[in-house]
Amino acid sequence: MRTLWRSGEPFIWLTGGALAISLIMVLGLVGIILQNALGFFWPADVLRATLRDGTVLTGQVVQRERRPGTAEWRTKLKVANRDLYGADFVWVDDSQIAARAYPPAVAVVERTEWGLLIGTVTAVRDGGAVVATGGAAVDEMRSRLPAAAALRRQIRRIERSEIGAINYEQEKVRLRLKGLDARGVTTGPEVEALQAQMAALQARYEERVAALAELRKGQTATIVVAADEGKEKELPITEIVDVYFPNAMGPLDKSVHYAAKVWEFVSDDPRESNTEGGVFPAIFGTVMMVMIMSVIVTPLGVLAAFYLREYARQGTFVSTVRIAVNNLAGVPSIVFGVFGVGFFIYMVGGTIDQLFYADALPTPTYGTGGILWASLTLALLTIPVVIVATEEGLAAIPGGTREASLALGATKLETTLRVVLPAVMPSILTGLILAMARAAGEVAPLMITGVVKLAPALPIDGYWPFLHLDRKFMHLGFHIYDVGFQSPNVDAARPMVFATTLLLLVIVVFLNLFAIGLRNRLRRTYATSAV
Amino acid sequence: MTEAVRIDTSLNPRAAAASIMESPMVEIEGLSLWYGAKQALADVTMSVAKHRVTAYIGPSGCGKSTLLRCLNRMNDLVDGVRMAGHIRIGGTDIYDPALDVTELRKRVGMVFQKSNPFPKSIFENVAYGPRILGLGSRADIESVVERSLRAAALWEEVQDRLHDSALGLSGGQQQRLCIARAIAVEPDVLLMDEPCSALDPIATARIEELMLELKNAYTIVIVTHNMQQAARVSDYTGFLLLGELVEFGITRELFTNPRHKKTEDYITGRFG
Repeated sequence: MRTLWRSGEPFIWLTGGALAISLIMVLGLVGIILQNALGFFWPADVLRATLRDGTVLTGQVVQRERRPGTAEWRTKLKVANRDLYGADFVWVDDSQIAARAYPPAVAVVERTEWGLLIGTVTAVRDGGAVVATGGAAVDEMRSRLPAAAALRRQIRRIERSEIGAINYEQEKVRLRLKGLDARGVTTGPEVEALQAQMAALQARYEERVAALAELRKGQTATIVVAADEGKEKELPITEIVDVYFPNAMGPLDKSVHYAAKVWEFVSDDPRESNTEGGVFPAIFGTVMMVMIMSVIVTPLGVLAAFYLREYARQGTFVSTVRIAVNNLAGVPSIVFGVFGVGFFIYMVGGTIDQLFYADALPTPTYGTGGILWASLTLALLTIPVVIVATEEGLAAIPGGTREASLALGATKLETTLRVVLPAVMPSILTGLILAMARAAGEVAPLMITGVVKLAPALPIDGYWPFLHLDRKFMHLGFHIYDVGFQSPNVDAARPMVFATTLLLLVIVVFLNLFAIGLRNRLRRTYATSAV
Repeated sequence: MTEAVRIDTSLNPRAAAASIMESPMVEIEGLSLWYGAKQALADVTMSVAKHRVTAYIGPSGCGKSTLLRCLNRMNDLVDGVRMAGHIRIGGTDIYDPALDVTELRKRVGMVFQKSNPFPKSIFENVAYGPRILGLGSRADIESVVERSLRAAALWEEVQDRLHDSALGLSGGQQQRLCIARAIAVEPDVLLMDEPCSALDPIATARIEELMLELKNAYTIVIVTHNMQQAARVSDYTGFLLLGELVEFGITRELFTNPRHKKTEDYITGRFG
């Protein structure tokens, strides 16, 4: 026993075991996420099950399990058609199923409202008149879909860009009028000019709204979809996002469809209170927030670490500060959020509003949650990480290096900037990598400092000053929480949660890879041994 | 030595030191230094001859490194240092409060015990000093780098990889790079603090050879633990013990005919 212990073998097994357990836990988590997320976009076959009592159920198989306490299997079918049946999912006992079929004519329709529609396309109508029925209906519908999609895009463009621009102008004029009013100017040429401008804008607005109504009225075509139990749904073609026939698709078609769905997920706006469509605004918000945070936290943390290690006289006080900074990392993140609300939003933001945006009050501009405040709060949250990493790096630079520079007649400042800073760069990037990973995954402080369920506009757009730091934004972490726990139809939204989680992981990995690549480049350039 | 040198045979090291000088570059006068309450140097008076190699020998903790570091005021960086006395280099009092210490350090280069190249390329290491001095054009700096590396007998070995990291060089090469870096700013005096203590015998021999070449252009002061080294490379040798300069004289004289019992004991290996 004693010789065994002295040989060191048990300790090696212990270390290896610890690593194995950690790996299994992490890989298990990633595995579950991958499995659930990647299946989400696959166009699963639609089963038409005829039960012993004659009921017909048509839907995608989502899950199979044993009935609790028995040996019997049951199947969970996604029958969709929420507006027709009331529920998206049905449990069926396998023993009740008399016949299974996968009819190729069954269509899965993605629409702008009410979730999926599963059924057979029986007819296409236009303005009440039947245009095509049976097999011809599908072709007729297909030929009309591109025009419908184009129309939807056009409507969207008018709503977003044109009406958006008019509203933006109107708001500016309104604020100037309000400002004049506050100074006691209620009449005069200036006011009249503004009012005339306002009226012109209003006229343009109404003209655009009328154009929209005209466009909408022009599109009267509908499709008729027959669902189970003789139920029928008449759906305007403009509401169709996508139609596919999974039972008629080969693996290649399905793969193409899969890729298109993934692309839609990362590039499109969300629909149906975030449970469908894409998450592009959330990706954009997350990445931009992490970037702004990095820009703030890096210089601040690095300068603080330089003072602590290079200039401050090492003693009890500095040690206390160091311990305090390290322990700051243990403060619950929601506490940082509350601080962000109280200090950044109410105090700083409120003051900015009073000084620069008084015309808009009582509507707050900076005195409410926004991407700048969220980034600042996260910068505060992650600053210990950057300070600690930079300090470790500074401590790892041999004292002789600084001495050599001083002995050459360099001042302390020159030494710090030209020798110490380049040498500590890899450590700074290590700190930044850790900070970014932490910030990208943080949700709690963001919920109260500027993240919203659905942001009307991205923080960057075409209106001056292009970068709108006061805007609220969407965030993948919050999106996961929102879709998973706050959506009206949690069961249907669950795959979306996994897909979003996977995406967040991928983004964090990419941000990290970028920083690691940069660090390795620097390491090669400077070939330091510092961490 | 080709010059005729008179040697005072009295036992007063101060008198001996004063009498042997050809043309002094550094003059140290009554230098005492304390680290807090501990006295590290006691009333040291001596001169360093121009274009000669002067060695300080003595057991560990005798103050030889401290004395060396007084010459470019590196001791200023240590907390709680107090000193008395004067040091003149080229006639200027280097502890004059009006003197810019960075200017002094540009005139007095230093090579350290442990080679300490910057974590930069070989080229950037040598170019660092000239850049600090504000030497502008790329061509100027390139020529300075080449000249310094040639002077440090390193050019042949590194000319093809000037832009590789200096940390990839061997220990001896790193130390020669540090010498090149120090002489790139063309100092008057070159201080070497046990420059070969971490090197193998071959690398040591190269550095010693180099010192003999460099003394034609620079005044060299070297601290060494290795008495053979002091005997091989130096023209003058000072023996320090417990902060006092016990004996200072022409190297050959000091090693063959020490005037002090303590010196004799040390160089014959009876202590230290």
